[in-house]
Amino acid sequence: MRQKTVAVVGASETTGLGTIATMSQIQLHADAALNAMADCGLTAKDIDGVACATETPVQIAHYLGIKPSWVDGTAVGGCSFMIHVRHAAAAIEAGLCKTVLITHGESGKSRIAQIPRTIPAGSLNGQFEQPFGPMGPPSLFPIPVLRFMKKYGVTHEQMAMVSVVQREWAGKNPRATFKDPITTDDVLNSRMIAYPFRILQCCLVSDGGGALILTSSDRAKDFPTKPVYILGTGESVESPMVSQMADFTSSQAFSIAGPTAFREAGIAHKDVDHLMIYDAFAHLPLYGLEDLGFVGRGEAASFIAGRNTAPGSKLPLNTNGGGLSYAHSGMYGMFALQESVRQMRGIAPAQIPGAKISVCHGVGGMFSASGTIIFSNEPN
Amino acid sequence: MSDDQRPRPQPTPETQYFWDGTKAGELRLQKCGDCEKVYFPPRPFCPACSSRNVATMAASGKASLYSYVIHHRKVPGFTPPYAIAVVELAEGPRMMTNIVDCPQTPQALVLDMALEVTYHKMDDEISLPLFRPAKG
Ligand SMILES: [Zn+2]
Repeated sequence: MRQKTVAVVGASETTGLGTIATMSQIQLHADAALNAMADCGLTAKDIDGVACATETPVQIAHYLGIKPSWVDGTAVGGCSFMIHVRHAAAAIEAGLCKTVLITHGESGKSRIAQIPRTIPAGSLNGQFEQPFGPMGPPSLFPIPVLRFMKKYGVTHEQMAMVSVVQREWAGKNPRATFKDPITTDDVLNSRMIAYPFRILQCCLVSDGGGALILTSSDRAKDFPTKPVYILGTGESVESPMVSQMADFTSSQAFSIAGPTAFREAGIAHKDVDHLMIYDAFAHLPLYGLEDLGFVGRGEAASFIAGRNTAPGSKLPLNTNGGGLSYAHSGMYGMFALQESVRQMRGIAPAQIPGAKISVCHGVGGMFSASGTIIFSNEPN
Repeated sequence: MSDDQRPRPQPTPETQYFWDGTKAGELRLQKCGDCEKVYFPPRPFCPACSSRNVATMAASGKASLYSYVIHHRKVPGFTPPYAIAVVELAEGPRMMTNIVDCPQTPQALVLDMALEVTYHKMDDEISLPLFRPAKG
C-alpha cells in the first residue's frame, strides 16, 4: 500500500464502558457505529463498506441499514480490527469502496446475546489441548511465560511492573475501569489465576465496543475531524494452539506483522511517539517490544521495569491503561486503535504533546494472529 | 461411558492412528519420507515440505518440561491447583499434557526436568498421554 492514501475520519467508542446492562452485543456495535457516524457527520447511507468480527457483516449491515459493496468478516481474535483497517485501506485505495465502517461490540461481562465460543472435540484444539484442563485465555495465554522468564532471567518483580506502569497511565484516564495506583507487592500478592500470573496480570472483562470510519485522504479534508492517516500496516497468523507456537519466547505472527508495517511506513523506531501493544496479559508488551524491534532480545522486562514506557518517558506505551486497567471486552484491539486515533487527534486524556506517529499492535487468540497499524497525523 | 469429566477428544480420520497408539500404550508421531521432519499434531502430509509421503513412528516417550502454568480455578475433571504443561519430546515436537506423580508446585516443576510418558485411560477408546518425572 502507498502511504497516507487513506485516513480515519470517524472514531468513537460505545457511550458506556465496563458494565452495560442495557444493550445486547449487536446494539453495542450499533451504539459505537452511530457515535462514529455522528463524529464525522455521516449516516448509514454514506457507508459502502462494512467490517466486523464478533458479529458478521451481514448482521451489522442489516441492523444499521447499510447497503455495502465491500465487506470483511475477518475474525481471528482481538487483532481482527487492525486487520480490518489494513484490508479497508487496501480496498479504498483499489477503488472497491469509498467509505468503510469497522465496528466492534462485545457483551463480555453482561453476556447479553454474546455469541458463545465453542471448541469442537474433533478439532486439533479439542483433541490436543482441551483434554488437559485449559479453561479460556487465562489458562492458555500465559503458558509460554515461564520459558520466556527462564531464557532471559526475567524476575517476577520485573514482570509485575508491567501492571504497575499501566495503572499509572490508567490513573490519568477518567474512563479507565481501574485508576487507583498499585505497587509490585500488590501485583505479587493478588489472587493467583494461573502461575506465574495473578489477577492483576490478567485483563479486565468488560462490556463495550468501538467503531472507525475510513475514507480516502483526498476526501478526508471535507470532514469536521482531524484526519488520522494510515502510514503502514501488517498482518499474519501462526497457530490456533499456543502449545504449537514455534518459539515460546517470540511470536512468529508479531515478527511478520510488525516489521511489515514498519517497512510500509518507511519509519525507524526512533520516529515513534506513541505505542499501543495489546495487553491481554502482562507478558504481551514484552513480546511486542522485542518482536517489533523497539528493544533487543531479552531487554523488554528491564526496559519496562526501568520506567522507559511510563508517563514522562520517550516511549509512552498503552496510554489508556490497556486491557489490564482500561477495559477488555474479549477482543481488545478496537480499544487500542481508538487510543491511537485519540493521540493522533490530540484529544487523549493522557495526551502525548506533539505526538505525530503512533504504532498500534494487536494480538489475536493465544499468539495465533497479529495485526499492526501505524498512524500519522501529518498529511503528505 | 466414563465418569471422567475431562473434555473427551473426538478422533478424526487423520488422527485415529494417534489415539490407536495411546490405547495400545504407544506414543505415535509422524515422519516425512522426503525431508525427514518429525511432526505433531497429526496430519497426513508434511507441514515442512507439503509431501504426502509420510509414515507413523513410535516415539521414545522421553520428554522434558518446556513450559507450564499452574491453574488455580475450578475446571470439571480437575482438582486445582494443577499444571497445564507443554513438554518437548526427545524427537523434537512439543505437546500439551499434564504432569502426574509430582507435586503441582513451582518448586517441584522445574523447567527442562526429564519426563516420561504414561497413559490415562478415559474409556475403552481414549487414553491420554500424560507425563511423569523420569525414573533413573
Ligand atoms: Zn517434509
